[in-house]
Amino acid sequence: MDKKGILDIIQRNSKNHAGIIAILEEIQEECSYLPEEALRLVARETGRPLADIYGVATFYKAFSLKPKGRHCISACLGTACHVRGAQKIVEEFSQELGIKPGETTPDNEITFETVNCLGACALGPIVVSDGHYFANVTARKVGEILRDTREGTFGSDKAEEAHPFLIEVSCPRCGKSLMDSETSVHGHPSILITASMNGKTGWARIPSLYGHFSRTHEHDFPADAIVQLSCPHCASSFQDGSRCVECGAPLATMRLADGSGVFRICTRTGCEGHLLDIGRAEL
Amino acid sequence: MINLTINGLAVSVEDGSTILEAARFLGFPIPTLCHHEGLSPYGACRLCVVEIGEGPGARLVSSCTYPVEEGLKVRTASERVVRARRMIIELLLASCPQSKVIQDLASAHGVRTQRFRQEYDDCILCGLCVRMCSEQMMAGAIGFRGRGEERSIGTPFDVQSDVCRFCGGCMYVCPACQLRCTYNQPEKAVCNACANLAPPCIQKEKYGDMMCYMNPCVACEIK
Repeated sequence: MDKKGILDIIQRNSKNHAGIIAILEEIQEECSYLPEEALRLVARETGRPLADIYGVATFYKAFSLKPKGRHCISACLGTACHVRGAQKIVEEFSQELGIKPGETTPDNEITFETVNCLGACALGPIVVSDGHYFANVTARKVGEILRDTREGTFGSDKAEEAHPFLIEVSCPRCGKSLMDSETSVHGHPSILITASMNGKTGWARIPSLYGHFSRTHEHDFPADAIVQLSCPHCASSFQDGSRCVECGAPLATMRLADGSGVFRICTRTGCEGHLLDIGRAEL
Repeated sequence: MINLTINGLAVSVEDGSTILEAARFLGFPIPTLCHHEGLSPYGACRLCVVEIGEGPGARLVSSCTYPVEEGLKVRTASERVVRARRMIIELLLASCPQSKVIQDLASAHGVRTQRFRQEYDDCILCGLCVRMCSEQMMAGAIGFRGRGEERSIGTPFDVQSDVCRFCGGCMYVCPACQLRCTYNQPEKAVCNACANLAPPCIQKEKYGDMMCYMNPCVACEIK
């Protein structure tokens, strides 16, 4: 990071009378550590002695005066983790990485450090890698954590990202798919249906990612109005008499493409009421 | 004026003064180490402990940082205070036995031995030099660094500070003298006070010939 960037940070923070710590935090975020030049600049710009700035920077463990690696792994050595064998894990990391705690690998990839307590003692021994928490770590898991850290893939997240809960629906009458793979919303194919109100008819689009049901319409429909939702293929209405639990408006019902249930969505504009009824193949 | 009782004597002292100032003004001796006239109180050494309050509510406070209060009952030399002070001196002796200031304190309080692991630190982290540098010399060249076990005093990045004027004030107030004269290693120098003398003390034959204003010179190891 250049001089101007650091000056910007100081300027921004001195405007809202923020303290030294806020400035140092931001510099550390940008540079991954606190370069000597940056500290001298902070001292000059804020008019405080460099000794004070240096004192703050060395007092808090969150600040580092040495460059850190691209990834940061911290192993907890708090009392609870310690009695559960955290020392073994620290040794294992040191051996695998070939560095001591507090050091960075020569390729600047991984910084390994120990912390005194992460406040999650019941889950100990704890290892945090780039903000991902690993609970009940054993020496055997160390290799796995290192691989995940290097590749940026973390067990729990991998599963979540690969299999988000997607809804695939079809028309309950003609059975044709309502999915539009050409236009994706939130990175997934969207549900494309027909919406009409007051003689105006156009498309309506719903994201297929479960939980994100903000509907977009071709036309500007007024808020809090009931929209007729129908199939773009056979033009049959989706309203089947069921009511939204949120606002009482009619629900539009579509069938899940695999026939395992129905998916209902509120027809009122602005209402995000929806219902996924798995196991109800019959309408 | 504030009315309080010191060692059973009803006194009234000026508002805003500390217990230490009041007691010393009235002639009650309280030993201090990190306190210095003209520097802000810091409360680091705890040697100036006094007991305030009565009965089970009585507690020990550092008199150098405690402002006088109306109706306060202070004991400057109760058994509890003396015991605490002797313990503090023992601990100081354990970390810095070579300091003349600490040796004198031990002698004055009858501390002959100490029961802890003997160390030979050259700093007790009293902060006198830091306060001297920033409050009297307006420099702020040295400061505290790190924390806990790794806490130390020195210049940022351990290089000679560009705001240091080599006044030597830090060494003058130091009770343990951790900032030793490094004129024979100028690149490591913290103050270079001796370099300001003419001729510099390093070039002198004997300590006795030196016109060093530190008498005896606590910085210079040349004998």
